[in-house]
Amino acid sequence: MRRFSAAEKREWGLFALLVSPNLFLLGVFTYWPLIYNSYLSFVRWDLLSPVKIWVGWSNYTYLFTSPDFGAILFNTLFFTLGSVVALCVLGLGVALLLNQKLRWRNSARSVIFSPVMLSGAAIGIVWIYIFDPRYGLLDVLIRLVGMRSPNWLLDPNWAMLAVIIVHVWKNLGYAVVILLAGLQAIPKELYEAAGVDGAGSIARFRAVTLPGLSPVLFFLVLTSILAGFQSFDIVKVMTEGGPIRSTTTLIYALYQEGFVAFNAGRAGVASVLLFGIMLVFTVVQFRYSEKNVHYA
Amino acid sequence: MNRDVKTPTASDRFADEWAGQKYSLARRFTGYLGMLLCVAVIGLPVYWMVIGAFKVSQEIYQVPPTWLPKQPTLTNFVDAWQAAPFGRYYVNTLITTLFGSGFEVFFAVTSAFAFAFLRFPQKELLFLILLAALMVPNQVTILPNYLTIAQLGWINTYQGIVVPGAAVAYGTFLLRQYFRTLPHEVMDAAKVDGASHLRTLWSIVLPLARPAIVTMALLSIVAKWNDFLWPLLVTNTREMRVLPIGIFWLMVEEGTINWGVVMAGTLFVVVPVVLVFLYAQRYVVDGIAAGAVKG
Repeated sequence: MRRFSAAEKREWGLFALLVSPNLFLLGVFTYWPLIYNSYLSFVRWDLLSPVKIWVGWSNYTYLFTSPDFGAILFNTLFFTLGSVVALCVLGLGVALLLNQKLRWRNSARSVIFSPVMLSGAAIGIVWIYIFDPRYGLLDVLIRLVGMRSPNWLLDPNWAMLAVIIVHVWKNLGYAVVILLAGLQAIPKELYEAAGVDGAGSIARFRAVTLPGLSPVLFFLVLTSILAGFQSFDIVKVMTEGGPIRSTTTLIYALYQEGFVAFNAGRAGVASVLLFGIMLVFTVVQFRYSEKNVHYA
Repeated sequence: MNRDVKTPTASDRFADEWAGQKYSLARRFTGYLGMLLCVAVIGLPVYWMVIGAFKVSQEIYQVPPTWLPKQPTLTNFVDAWQAAPFGRYYVNTLITTLFGSGFEVFFAVTSAFAFAFLRFPQKELLFLILLAALMVPNQVTILPNYLTIAQLGWINTYQGIVVPGAAVAYGTFLLRQYFRTLPHEVMDAAKVDGASHLRTLWSIVLPLARPAIVTMALLSIVAKWNDFLWPLLVTNTREMRVLPIGIFWLMVEEGTINWGVVMAGTLFVVVPVVLVFLYAQRYVVDGIAAGAVKG
């Protein structure tokens, strides 16, 4: 067997010293919650009483058979897919625009990016004021085309759209910055070659831009899906999941069951479910970046 | 087109002129128009927030609304500061942000250094364990973490807000990748000189990796400053609220009755971040772009 030098053993000690606090905290606050969530999903408990009653699968069967659950799942998917599609389409449009040689385009990029940095709670509040059907900014603009603003946040048919608008408004800059970086990474020679072959701008977009952009687009879609599933502050501030649960997503239901209704079991089920769904997307993203990232 | 590398051919020059001409006409016009539209869509809500904060309350509820405050006033700021303990909110947010990000950066740098340069049995396995944490979003840990913090008696404390978010997996991963690209010659030279590991970390790795660390620190600071869900759960007294929670309660209390005061309050929350962003936008924007293109 190999014998270790004193120097190497000292290195082990230093490694342990440097790494263990981080790993310890991850263990307590990231891994342990996964185990504990699974346990909680099988009990009935109000977070206060000393006894947790083991109820088997009944929290799961309750949730899967409740009519609210279908609505919550639908809201989650609608919010996530709606915002991802909007972010990709609008983000691509703006990125193509800013990819041209225009003056002030870097300043424009910074302005468009700035909401990403701002507090979601503060932005949600500003938008409640903007959506106000009597003295809000949006009503002013809608009147310009001769219509009246709907009662965005109090009408279950409009509330989800309002929340998506705010989420997209806040995160558009992220999509633009990423897509712009992707566009600039496409080799110029490809466009020149396509130009020589006589391809028009639409043909060049389909033959060069889209394929060249696809890795970045894929990254954007996955990160936006994950962000969509986790979006909480805008919903909490603007609608509290209402009206009539029309904006209650899975993360909001988890918050409500755990911290408003004090039902640890159902919150546990929601956590397990949310984790499961997001795990699928995260694994896809990992698989993908493994293929495409060249480690040094 | 890179003119330093290859000499332009006739067809190149033609293509350039052709493109240049096209740029100078309709395309240029629509380009600037589109840019103006984008900036307006993003900027108008912010403008609305700012002018709302300076309007007297009769003017806020005037139909149709005004685009410039007729009698600009600072009373909304005074009223907001008196309606909620914003001074206290600032202190709380500064403490939780500085300690939260400080821990994150410290842990990321030290762990990344250890994983990149030090020997340890089964190091790769440990690194995988750390990486796997990326698959667990914070949101699914809130209930068990709340129970842990309550058990520790840390509800309504700074450590209750800071500690669960102090460990860092993603930052460790990014910095380790970055550290590994540093020139080996420099590290070897330090070894020959007999520099200790910590000395190498402090005087060679840190200065070389400064841009990556600054970007990471900035993103962490912004995330902690804006953090909403976790502080909402682990604080329940007015004195322990951070800014995003404080502005939420100000809105709940004053709400639609007094938008001017609420808008002044939101400015208290966002202005420091805007200042940081103006100062350091290159680090932030380039860092995010690099993260996506490199994967």
